[in-house]
Amino acid sequence: MMKTRYLGLLLMAPLLLAAAPSSSRYASIPGGIFKSVLDYEDSGGKVQLKPYQLMRRPVTNAEFLDFVRANPTWQRGKVPVVFAESRYLQSWAGPLQLGGKAKPQQPVVEVSWFAADAYCQSIGARLPTWAEWEYAAAADETRRDARQDPAWRERILSWYSRPSNTPLGNVGAAPANAYGVQDLHGLVWEWTEDYASMLVSGDSREQKAEDRLKFCGAGAIGMDDRENYAVLMRVAMLSALEADDVTANLGFRCALAKP
Amino acid sequence: MRRLFVLLLTVSLAFLAAAAAPLPGDSVLRVPANFKDQDGKAFTLAQRRGGVQLVTMFYSSCPYACPLIIDTGKGIDHALTPAERAKLRVLLLSLDPARDTPAKLGAVVAKRKIDTARWTLGTTDASGVRQTAAVLGIRYRQLANGEFNHSSVMILLDADGRILARTEKIGAQPDPEFLAAVRKALRT
Repeated sequence: MMKTRYLGLLLMAPLLLAAAPSSSRYASIPGGIFKSVLDYEDSGGKVQLKPYQLMRRPVTNAEFLDFVRANPTWQRGKVPVVFAESRYLQSWAGPLQLGGKAKPQQPVVEVSWFAADAYCQSIGARLPTWAEWEYAAAADETRRDARQDPAWRERILSWYSRPSNTPLGNVGAAPANAYGVQDLHGLVWEWTEDYASMLVSGDSREQKAEDRLKFCGAGAIGMDDRENYAVLMRVAMLSALEADDVTANLGFRCALAKP
Repeated sequence: MRRLFVLLLTVSLAFLAAAAAPLPGDSVLRVPANFKDQDGKAFTLAQRRGGVQLVTMFYSSCPYACPLIIDTGKGIDHALTPAERAKLRVLLLSLDPARDTPAKLGAVVAKRKIDTARWTLGTTDASGVRQTAAVLGIRYRQLANGEFNHSSVMILLDADGRILARTEKIGAQPDPEFLAAVRKALRT
């Protein structure tokens, strides 16, 4: 308990954080070969991941407020519309005020991919790739890959059935998974660096010739593991987004290569 | 004489004001990436402001659709009158920062006999590629063998870098609707 509180203090004090080892904000994830839910023809659905670090929690409103204070071009009303649509941070009381609808410890939402990318770059990090996100999100509290457990799937799915107008919880309220990462499921959707790579078609074998021509190279994609609805919904959602889009339950966290 | 001076002053002030005005909020030229062209010369997208241009993304080792993307630009060039053509610039940006060095782009220019007075090939870093693809709505993924799977598209920008039209009909035979949009943009 003391430790959690100490960590919370560190997160709220960027100056202290800068002096502390980055491991306090990030969990180390070992690399490995991973069977992704995205079954690409060229890779057979197998992804080789190098070791990386992933933020333990999604970025909060308080953290994002610090970022827009230091980087005025990313403030609401100043950000060019090409980088973020008009609903960018619209729940905040003002460009530099959170207010009652955006509590400091809630995950930041209504951020575009460009804004998420800029935030991570501002702290020397980057957005995780989809594979990095999916790999970490396959874990439950005790197992690194819990995906075949129907009870695990059921629990994640129950989140998606909650009405979307329910206020978001604070970050860090759910138990950490086997890597020490929290809130990968059950709180918000998250941007990935390569969201634009998710060229999903329902069934690549039914793809018409003219559709194939839209893409250079025929690296078709299918969906492996059709039972894993919760993760498939994420893929469907990300693949439908443009980089300037924002939604009321789409946030992000950052990643780093292993030092 | 004095009147001429005032006129000249007014014109040059107007020109300076236009050059110094910030890009519109919906301009794709706002992407802050740093590019190098086929001659190794550095440029930014903001420096491409002024005049209508076509833009797309490709990679030089692409065996299949990318030659068609170059054909698309050439097909449009070919369909225009010489006066129209002289006003149109074409920008081909690489998706492949690891392999597409300026020298590689130069080789494409030589092989495809590209007129670099109006056409520019550019390469940037991985982050710049992601940002550029994102503003252009181009989806891409690197395959296990190093090739890329990507949207094949040609995009028309106005002088300030706003997207006027796009086509996914690629090849030497221009998409009539897209060609009409190019002509219209060149008239204004």
